[in-house]
Amino acid sequence: MAEPQNPGGVSKALNAAWIRPFLFLIFIVVAWDVTIRLFRIPPYQIPAPADVVAVLWQDWPELARQAWPTTYATICGFLLSAAFGIPVAMLIAGSKTVESYVYPLLVFSQSVPKIAIAPLFVVWFGFGIVPKVISAFLLGFFPVVVSAVQGFKSVDPDMVDLARAMQGSRFHVFCAVNLPHAMPAIFSGLKVSVTLAVVGAVVGEFVGSNSGIGYVLQRSIGTFDLPTMFAALVILALIGVVLFWIVDRIERLVVPWHVSQRENIIFAA
Amino acid sequence: MNAATKTSAANQSGTHRRVVSDRAASGTPGIQLSGVSKTYRSRDGDVPSLRPLDFHINAGEFFVVVGPSGCGKSTLLKMISGLLPPSTGEIFVEGEKVDKPHGNVGIVFQNSLLLPWRNVLNNVMLPIEMKRLSREEYLPRAKALLKLVGLEGFERKLPWQLSGGMQQRASICRALVHDPKIILMDEPFGALDAMTRERMNVELMRIQRETGKTVLLITHSIPEAVFLADRVLVMTERPGSIAAIYDVPLPRPRSLDAMADPVFTELVQRIRKHFFTQSTLD
Repeated sequence: MAEPQNPGGVSKALNAAWIRPFLFLIFIVVAWDVTIRLFRIPPYQIPAPADVVAVLWQDWPELARQAWPTTYATICGFLLSAAFGIPVAMLIAGSKTVESYVYPLLVFSQSVPKIAIAPLFVVWFGFGIVPKVISAFLLGFFPVVVSAVQGFKSVDPDMVDLARAMQGSRFHVFCAVNLPHAMPAIFSGLKVSVTLAVVGAVVGEFVGSNSGIGYVLQRSIGTFDLPTMFAALVILALIGVVLFWIVDRIERLVVPWHVSQRENIIFAA
Repeated sequence: MNAATKTSAANQSGTHRRVVSDRAASGTPGIQLSGVSKTYRSRDGDVPSLRPLDFHINAGEFFVVVGPSGCGKSTLLKMISGLLPPSTGEIFVEGEKVDKPHGNVGIVFQNSLLLPWRNVLNNVMLPIEMKRLSREEYLPRAKALLKLVGLEGFERKLPWQLSGGMQQRASICRALVHDPKIILMDEPFGALDAMTRERMNVELMRIQRETGKTVLLITHSIPEAVFLADRVLVMTERPGSIAAIYDVPLPRPRSLDAMADPVFTELVQRIRKHFFTQSTLD
């Protein structure tokens, strides 16, 4: 009786937004463990969660050391895709001619599987960080372009007319109207891009590298060391989540005015 | 203002209709259109949007254009602001021939089109930025205008925190901030509810009186047109041309009571007939 009237600390904590994914994660891990026990799945097919945790605990220094090159390559690739993707999107959205020449080719290039051409980068750039960065860049590039083009094109033409009628130069109007308007779309592209950049970096590590989480993955598959492999996957997921979270935070700083962020303004005010 | 009183006294009988407007020579203030037409090129051939138009809007006049949708009213507005070149003819604004955006107009659209990332004050200041004028110089003016339309204290609010009527008031301030001679309004209150709309009409009339601007307003609403205007231009269906120009012989200042005036109702009826004899007004 007392509980619904006076929501105590426990139920409050259970309702907090950040705790829900954790609860769901615990549920998945328990289901995973139960499934393995129930169907007697041998550890060389799926390792038990406890084994994975054990590896994470024991090999933590080694995993952290290998996580760094992957993270580094991901960030470089992601920054490159943002630095190239946004200007390319500007050109495509700004000029029908550029769009007709470039856009179809860009879409076409996306249907080429990156894994298939990744060895080529190793041939060109050797076994260092460069092929990983390029691979991350190639995966992250496309979503940025697509979202940003959509963002730039969805500006109300009347709004642009209004600014132009005030004798605003093309550049001025772009900076005052088109660019801020496209920001939410650009950020949704960047969020997709950053998670794909992680995949890109790992693909780069698969084909030619002796460091990074991708390398750990491949080595552990080779030796059927499944707990290590799963531990590596957990690390990868963590990298993705942290980078995504960082981009999300930056978005809140840059576009606090957007519909999706309005709640926060009210709370802040 | 004076155009109304000029012809009103003589023509109480209801013959204040003129199809051809007084042609003023170029160089006079106000807006002068001579032989202005617009034809859009499309894949299926040329689509005429406006037949050649000749008329003159006096400086300080409240000029309203009514017509069915798709009669090229918005095209007219874009051509006067210099955003769209006419296919034939010439437009003069304040004696200057229009061939590119001249910045001597303030525009209000149906949607307030406030930039959602800027607060009200910075939205109003947009023309100043675009024209690269001094921000310090015009900031007091922007604040005074916001006060004029009753938005004092809302300067730091973001557009979505304002009601539709308040947003439209802010966009009127934006049209006035750079002190243009001419205000162009494209169905400015079309998106507002009927009650807010009437209040905004009264307010707009007051603002026009206080600032002495030339206003060209486009609307679908015949009562709104008659209530606001010194003169009403009635357009035909696409391709648009001038059906008639009426003087509105109602004295100023007008209150909403003017809508009960027999002169008002008679003129509304008369204008409405244009659309019912042609076809429907949608």
